[in-house]
Amino acid sequence: MSDDDYDEIDLASLSDDELTKQMHDDLYDGLAEEIIEGTTILLDRGWGPEKVLAEALVEGMRIVGIDFRDGILFVPEVLLSANAMKGGMAILRPLLAETGAEPIGKVVIGTVKGDIHDIGKNLVAMMLEGAGFEVFDIGINSDVDKYLAALEEHQPDILGLSALLTTTMPYMKVVIDTLAAKGLREKYIVLVGGAPLNEEFSAAIGADAYCRDAAVAAEMAKSMILARRNLRRAEPPGPSVAS
Amino acid sequence: MAGERDVTKPLVLACGALVAELRAVLTQHGLADAVEVRYLPANLHNRPEQIVPVLEVELAAAGRDAADGSDADEHADHAPAGDDRTVLIGYADCGTGGMLDRWLSKLQLTMPNVVRLPGAHCYEFFSGAELFAAMHDEAPGTFYLTDFLARHFDALVWKGLGLDRHPQLRDAYFANYTRVMLISQSTDQAVIEAGRSAAAHLGLAFEHRHVGRDGLGDAVNVTLTRKVA
Repeated sequence: MSDDDYDEIDLASLSDDELTKQMHDDLYDGLAEEIIEGTTILLDRGWGPEKVLAEALVEGMRIVGIDFRDGILFVPEVLLSANAMKGGMAILRPLLAETGAEPIGKVVIGTVKGDIHDIGKNLVAMMLEGAGFEVFDIGINSDVDKYLAALEEHQPDILGLSALLTTTMPYMKVVIDTLAAKGLREKYIVLVGGAPLNEEFSAAIGADAYCRDAAVAAEMAKSMILARRNLRRAEPPGPSVAS
Repeated sequence: MAGERDVTKPLVLACGALVAELRAVLTQHGLADAVEVRYLPANLHNRPEQIVPVLEVELAAAGRDAADGSDADEHADHAPAGDDRTVLIGYADCGTGGMLDRWLSKLQLTMPNVVRLPGAHCYEFFSGAELFAAMHDEAPGTFYLTDFLARHFDALVWKGLGLDRHPQLRDAYFANYTRVMLISQSTDQAVIEAGRSAAAHLGLAFEHRHVGRDGLGDAVNVTLTRKVA
C-alpha cells in the first residue's frame, strides 16, 4: 500500500471490524502512529483494553509471525511491526493494570550466558504479555545464578530460555540441570527458543517444549499452564505428582 | 564447460565471501589447479536457513556436470562425481543452527568424503578456535568483520539488515553490542579503514586483529591434500 493510500484512510470513519483489520495491516506495515491512533479510537468506542490487545494487536502480530516463519517477512519488517505494537501496548498497559485482572501466569525470561541477542526474546516477551502473562525479563547474558535469583524473587510458572548462537545454546542445559540438582525442575514449565534450536535439542536438554517463534511461544505457554493446572485439579489429595 | 572438468578432482562448494581467501590459500598450497571450486552467493550470510538448500542444488549440479563430462569426452572412463569424491563444504555452521551438520551426516552415508570447514563461523576458522573463544569471552557483544565483510559492509550488513531503509532500527539490532572486531586476512589499509567506518556507522568501538589466512589454509589443505596427493 502506498503512502497516498494511507493518506486517504480516516481510521475514525471505519467500522470496528474494518478498523481492526486495518490495524492488522498497519501492524504488518510497522506503522506505529496509526496503531496508536487505532488503539485510542477503539478504547474511545468502549472496547476494553483486553479486547483491543487480543483482537487488534496480538492477532495482527500473529499474522506477522506467520509471514516471518514462511519467509515472506524478514527481521527488519518484524522489528518495525514490534515497534508499532509497542506503541499500542504503551497505551494499554496501564489500563490493563487498572482492570485488576489476574494474569494467566508469570514468566521469567532471559537470554543465556555468553549471548547478547535479544530481538527474538523481546518479541516473545511482548507476545506473552499480549496473551495475558506477567513477564519478568531478566535481559541478556544471564548466568544460572541470575535465573535462580529471578525465579526465587518472582515465583513464576514458566521459565523461558533464549539463545541465538550454537556456542551458547548448550548453556540452557546448565540452567535446567541446576534446577534439577536443586529439586526445582518440576516447579517450572521450561520453554526454550532461538534460531539454532529445534525440538530434538529441547528434548535432549530436558526442556518442556521448544517454541519456534513468538506466537507459538505464547500459545504454548497458555496451553501448558492450563494443562498443568488441570492436572493439579485432577490430582487426588496427597503429594503432588508435579513435585 | 562440463566436458572440460576432471571429475576425479576434489570439489569445493564455498561461500562467496571466501573467494579471495580461498584462491589465495589454494594457490599457496599448490592446489589451485587440482580442485574444482564452485561459489555460492555471499548474501546467504544473511539467510542461513537457505545455505543447505542451495548447497544441495549446487552439489547435484556438480554431480550432473561431472556425469555429463565423463560421458562426453576423454574422461569417460573416470568415475563421475559421486560416492567417493572428496567434497569440501566451504562453510562453518554459519548460523544454520546445526542444519548443515545434520545434512552432512545424512550425506556422508553415501558420500563419506564430504566435510565442512570447522567452527561456528568463518570468524572462528579464520581466528582459530582458541582466539575466537577468548575474544567472545572478553566481549560477548562483539560484531565481527572479515576482510570481505568490511569491504562489503554496505551491501551485506547495512542493506542486508534493512538499515538503508530503516536506519532507526540500528539500535534495535546493535544495542547490546560493544565493539566491532575486524579480524583481517590481508594487511590492506583500505580494509582497516572500511572496518573503522563500519564501526562508526554502527556506533561501536573499533578493534582490529590481523589473523591472516592460516586458519582457513590449514583446514583446506588438510582436507584436500588427502585426495590430491
